[in-house]
This record gives sequence, C-alpha cells and structure tokens, in this order.
Amino acid sequence: MIVQGLSVRFLLRGAEVRAVTDASFELRPGRLLALVGESGCGKSVLASALLGLLPGNAEVRGSATLDGLDVLSADEKTLATKVRGRMIGLVPQSAVTHLTPVRTARSQLAEAVRALKPDQDVDELAERVGLEPQALDRYPHELSGGMAQRVGIAMALAGDPQIILADEPTSGLDRPLVDRTMDLLAGLAEEGRAVLLITHDLAAARRSATDLAVMYASRLVELGPAAKVFDDPLHPYTAGLLNALPEGGFRPIPGHPPELTHLPDGCAFRPRCPVPDTCGDDPSLVAHGDRLVACRRPC
Amino acid sequence: MLSGTGLVAGYRRGVTVLSNVDIKVDRGAVLGLAGPSGCGKSTLAKVLTLLHEPWAGEVTLDDVVVRRFRHAAPRAQRTAIGVVFQQPRLSVDPRFTLREIVVEPLAANGFPAEVGDLAERVGLTEDLLGRRPHEVSDGQLQRACLARALALKPRYLVCDEMTAMLDASTTAALVGVVQEEVHTAGVGVLAISHDEELLSVWADDVQRWV
Repeated sequence: MIVQGLSVRFLLRGAEVRAVTDASFELRPGRLLALVGESGCGKSVLASALLGLLPGNAEVRGSATLDGLDVLSADEKTLATKVRGRMIGLVPQSAVTHLTPVRTARSQLAEAVRALKPDQDVDELAERVGLEPQALDRYPHELSGGMAQRVGIAMALAGDPQIILADEPTSGLDRPLVDRTMDLLAGLAEEGRAVLLITHDLAAARRSATDLAVMYASRLVELGPAAKVFDDPLHPYTAGLLNALPEGGFRPIPGHPPELTHLPDGCAFRPRCPVPDTCGDDPSLVAHGDRLVACRRPC
Repeated sequence: MLSGTGLVAGYRRGVTVLSNVDIKVDRGAVLGLAGPSGCGKSTLAKVLTLLHEPWAGEVTLDDVVVRRFRHAAPRAQRTAIGVVFQQPRLSVDPRFTLREIVVEPLAANGFPAEVGDLAERVGLTEDLLGRRPHEVSDGQLQRACLARALALKPRYLVCDEMTAMLDASTTAALVGVVQEEVHTAGVGVLAISHDEELLSVWADDVQRWV
C-alpha cells in the first residue's frame, strides 16, 4: 500500500484540529513498520483513516492505494465489502473490550470467518496464532489478556488480509506478553503480509519492527530502517525519545507537545528542540541516505 | 516504615490472591516490585493503601498497626499514603476539570482548594488545568493523578504500574517528579511495574515475584 500526502483535519466549533499532516509512507509485504510517538500525536487517527473509520467531521486528503484502489476515497460499501477485514485486518487496542462479553470467543471468531472466508477451520486459525482451540469456548472475561489478544489477532487474520494494522496491541500487557505479541506480528510480516504497528512502546517497536516512523504533532519527523533509526537517530525528537528510555539516560524531553489546534506552520518541535537556532524551520521530510528526516540540521 | 507481614488477601472465598506476603517500604527510598500479570501485585497495592482489608496478617504504618481499612480507616492513616494507578481514565471523575481532580483531596480534608505549586511540579499548564479528562491525553491525565496523590504530602506513595500507559518521555518526567519527593520530602515509594528496565533505574531495591 502506498500512502501519499495523507492529511486529516477535524472541524470543531471555531477550531480546526490538524491530526495528521502530509504523511507519506509505504506498507510493503514482509515488512513491519512501527509508527511511534507520544499519545495524542495523531497515530491512531492515521490508522482509522486507512480503514475509513473516522467520524463525520473529519476531512481527509491524500491517497492510500492498494491494488489500484484508493481506500481514502472509497465509499462505505466498498470499504465494508472489500477493504475492512479483507484487505486490511485490524488488531484492536484492547482485545477484551473489543469482544462482545455475552458470546464465547469461538462464536465471534466463527462469525468473522463466516463473513469473510467461510472455508477456514476456526480451530486451525486459533492454532496459527498460538491459541489452544479449547480456549475459544470461553467468554471474554474468562480469557487472560494474552489469550484475548490472540483472539483479536485471529479475527484480524480471518479474512486473510494483505495488511495487518495493529493499533497499540500491547498496552496494558506485561513484558513477556508484549514480547510474544510482537513476535507474532513479526511472524505475520515474515509470512509476506505488510504490518503497520502503532505503539508508544519503543521497546516493543525495537523488538519487531523492520522499519520505524516517528510521529510528532501530526507529522512524520523521521522514517527509515528500524535498526538505523534506533542506533543513530537523526531527528532531535527521535533522539529525545530514545534518551528518555530507562536504558537511554531517562531524561524527559522538556516541555509539552503543542496542541493540534495550534500547530505552527514551521517545525512543531522547535520550542522543545535542544539545537533550534541554526535550523531552517522547514517541517517537510528530506532524504538522508535511506532515511527521511524532517530536520535541516540533523543530530 | 510502611510494612506488611504475613499478608493473606483475596476477593472471593477460597481464592487466595496473596498468601503470606512480607514487604517493607522505608522512608526516603524506592522499593520496586516486579512480577507477571495476575501475580497479586495490584492486590498488595490495595492492601498497603488501606483500600482492601487483608484476611490475615498485619499492615503497620510508622509503628502503628492498622486496624481498620477502606472507609473505616482513620483519616490520618489514609492520607499518609498516596496512590497512583495504572489507568488514569478509570481513576478520575470525568465531570471534573483537571484542577478539580488535583484539589479534591485538599477540599475533602478541609484545606484550601488551591493547586499551588503542584501543577508546576508535575508539568501541568494553566490551560490544561481547565480541561476535563476527555480533552487531554493519558499522559497529561496521569500528571494530574500524580499531583492529586501528592496533594496531601503523603509520607508513602504506591505507584501501581503508574507509567504502563505512557510514552518514554512522560514516563521519565513523572518518575522524576516522584524522585524529587523521595529526595526532598523523604517519601517512601513502592514502585510496582513489570518493566525491569524501568525499575533498574528507578528503584533502590527490587523484589521479584513469580
């Protein structure tokens, strides 16, 4: 999938929220792209836009093309019958609350299979994500966080989509479960799917991502191969996030991210930047080797 | 010292969540507690903050044995221990502004309901204080929850997965605020987390449960 110039604005009474500004990236088979950033930077809106799940007051620009179909301009019928579940599978943020509490996991997974690809065996689908088929007979509240997460991933796979979109799939899980979920998502990429992982957990992203996109105040500020970005961040915001990790020095980035209703035209990170004086204040991405960075004076 | 000896606790008859747990939280130090989900960490947090009565064993607060829990706990004991939970959204009244959330314990205990320097210490701006929970991010709301926990100047603070929902920068900022309390006011902290990397830089000592 090729995403070009994706922008999302919300029009509120007397205000305009710029949630995503001019995002361009590719989701390629066999790759896991992790999109990281602070909460409220627009990550989840970007994911919802790809599935056509934004509320009515959202204004979307740009294109996201897969097999000749632009999912951003597709109508509801196309989204419902071709895109959601079939082209793009969603792994939900909190699997337990995503499931209906009054039905067993099996009945819900079977429903997804019936609707999307009826020739599959539900037990086999469960086993593919490392879930004991007996666990499917439980109700959501009887599942552990890890088991519920697997049911969520199995449901995302029910329509055999080329793209898996996981929006904060590990929030609230403990580290071993985060690691297992990440390994499972990495495995899906290795099977030849394209995975977009949205997370605030840098350790999770580091474990599984092949590519990393860093988002700040509605814009992508750095994009490149994950190992390189982690080892040698070029944008001062990326460097700031890594320095805030316990193993990176544990130093918070001073200040707060700007409100998405009051974004400056230039670089939104400038007020928090450790080296703001000499930059060009231009927020567009420029190429640095195999990376894209929104900084004219990269670290 | 805030301590528990031989604590046994649970919720349903016959299902024991904590069995014979001993723990000691010293003033001016951070004790880390690590363990997988479901091992009873949060139940211990509730017992030590007097929000859940243990079936057996004793909680001792500065050499005084706690006899009554929950609403029956004496005010002086309740307010000596602050607590910050994992999910800020489930820990606040959605009708309150952030300012009202922060000053609630002050108002409830007969102090002037003023934010004072609390907001600045946790990094909340005047604009943020005027908003309600749905208008701020998890990180901003957790800052308000930490300010609320510190409002009555507790001698002990229990942080139950305080940073699990937060990004790296906000995590470092909030832990920095807690450390300031430890060093300047001698607050004793129980830091519960499954993140060993975090505890390795935050806690003076780490207990691991399996």
